[in-house]
Amino acid sequence: MPQNVIEIHGLTKIYTMGEVEVRALAGLDLVVDSGEFLAVMGPSGSGKSTLMNILGCLDRPTAGSYLLDGVDVSKLDRDERAVIRNAKIGFVFQSFNLLARTSAVENVELPLIYGDLGWSRAERHQAAMHALDRVGLKGRENSHPSQLSGGQQQRVAIARALVTEPAMLLADEPTGNLDSRTSEEIMGIFQKLNDSGKTVVLITHEPDIAQHARRVVTVRDGIIQHDEKVEQHRVDLRGIPPPVAPVAAEATR
Amino acid sequence: MRSSVMRLGNITMVGLRAIARNKMRSFLTALGIIIGVGCVIAVVAIGNGATKSVENTINSLGTNYIMLFPGASTSSGARMFTGNSTLTADDAEAIKTECPAVAYVSPTVRAAAQVVAGELNWGTSIQGVSEDYPLIRSWNVSQGTFFSDQDVKSASKVCVLGSTVVDNLFPNGEAVGQIVRIKNVPFKVLGVLDKKGGNMMGQDQDDTIIAPYTTVMKRLSGKTKIDMIQLSAVSAGQVQEAQNQIDGVLRQRHRIPPKGDADFQMRSQEEIAQASGQQTAILRLLLLVIAAISLLVGGIGIMNIMLVSVTERTREIGIRMAIGAKGRHVLLQFLFEAVTLAIVGGALGIAFGVGASLAVKHFLQWPIVVTTASVVLSFGVAAFVGIFFGFYPARKAARLDPIDALRYE
Repeated sequence: MPQNVIEIHGLTKIYTMGEVEVRALAGLDLVVDSGEFLAVMGPSGSGKSTLMNILGCLDRPTAGSYLLDGVDVSKLDRDERAVIRNAKIGFVFQSFNLLARTSAVENVELPLIYGDLGWSRAERHQAAMHALDRVGLKGRENSHPSQLSGGQQQRVAIARALVTEPAMLLADEPTGNLDSRTSEEIMGIFQKLNDSGKTVVLITHEPDIAQHARRVVTVRDGIIQHDEKVEQHRVDLRGIPPPVAPVAAEATR
Repeated sequence: MRSSVMRLGNITMVGLRAIARNKMRSFLTALGIIIGVGCVIAVVAIGNGATKSVENTINSLGTNYIMLFPGASTSSGARMFTGNSTLTADDAEAIKTECPAVAYVSPTVRAAAQVVAGELNWGTSIQGVSEDYPLIRSWNVSQGTFFSDQDVKSASKVCVLGSTVVDNLFPNGEAVGQIVRIKNVPFKVLGVLDKKGGNMMGQDQDDTIIAPYTTVMKRLSGKTKIDMIQLSAVSAGQVQEAQNQIDGVLRQRHRIPPKGDADFQMRSQEEIAQASGQQTAILRLLLLVIAAISLLVGGIGIMNIMLVSVTERTREIGIRMAIGAKGRHVLLQFLFEAVTLAIVGGALGIAFGVGASLAVKHFLQWPIVVTTASVVLSFGVAAFVGIFFGFYPARKAARLDPIDALRYE
């Protein structure tokens, strides 16, 4: 396994809107080691979202190189990027993005359906159950998203991101739709996963949330302006109630 | 390989679930196909049944059968069919004696009358024919006897009854030897004909009384000309020869030059079958057009709903793409959904069509022929409609940009 999960040099993205060219990224360099917990901050219009799209292999840079887990993904076509997204990236979104009317465990199994692992249904189910267990949702596997609280839904999303054992978790404002206590809870899960060796890249505009990472970079005008190690704000997981919150379950009935 | 087959199975499952989640909408979408396929099956079954029964009646005429009837005639330079027959009993006699390729000849006259037997009466058609008639139509008596050439020559007041007439005038079944009064003329019943059933026009062929043509002309209709001549050639191979000979004899008798327009027409059994076959072909074409249109409408319904579904599920498509679905996975998912709707609709349509056909057969007593070909064909067309009309929405889904799709509200 290579040392660097992300190795980006001279990353440039230019959007052409009619006659006007907008330079969203202007030769950005970034190296992320395996096992890091990185937060990417920046105001809107800074190029943060563009960076996130390229990091997540949803988009291609106009120029520059991007090595993800040792693979140059900057020139891949649509289908090749889909394969990379499936195998190497675990997405966590602000709005959870779970499939409605689909149980938690089925949501978590979803990436395995598109992968090349060739697993049987039982193997997929087992992997999904294990991932749910890791985010503390054991026992809620048959609940549908509408029966789960926001925090629980985000846990399902994290389990879905984990299930393929990707090279990195890419979380885009994962706490944007949650209250502060639940946000702490979710950040605690990321910290725990990071402690066990997972590389986590967190995109956020909230400084409080960014303080949960070990390293914070700030993007402005398409390049990285600040890059600093931070004293991690640890979430005390002991203070957090068990994940299967009976109150939330009652409330959604 | 194993994994890609398995993945295909998983993706088809995804499509199936989407259908199951929207039961009402899926049903309404499939309804277009259900009705389309059902109508095709039912209408084709009824059409086939009608064709079959027409074919049966025509075939029952016998392959030697020739029909000779008066045609357009030229009077004062104007060609028209006046309704006045030019055929006489002597023509029939001449054909019988002068045409070696003709085996049997029967002049035919028709009349309609109210027939009375005791206290019962029944309106029916009277056919005046010669003693050759049973041989031409291969139609025999089941009781009693047919009338003889002597009866024809002497214009005897005798007759033979069709079974429907017997049912109505002699409910006890004892008809032979009884007297029926036709226009107040007493006729002696010599025999009862075999039951023959409906003819190609749906008329009951057994609702008739058959008497010597001489008697009918003299006592009932008062006509001097005959309505038509029914004949049979000595063999199926001699039909054309017989027609040529008849043509020659009649032209001579009616003084028509060889190139002139004849005042009579002939139809062999084969020609009748062909003419009817042409009608049926037109009917079939019409049915096919209707079927094609109804399936087209059903297909457009599927496309419409699939397009709505793709738009509605843009975000779902974005999620699937973000976690690794390739364009073709999404394409397959939606295509499979459309094809399933079409195929399930097709299967239900077949059940509906066959059920409707059987109901028609049971309640209306129509002849119905459900063919495997129509079932297989309409099912195939339904599946094709699903692929054809499902492809565009599925491709639209597959080409979505994951970033835009994820952002879609």
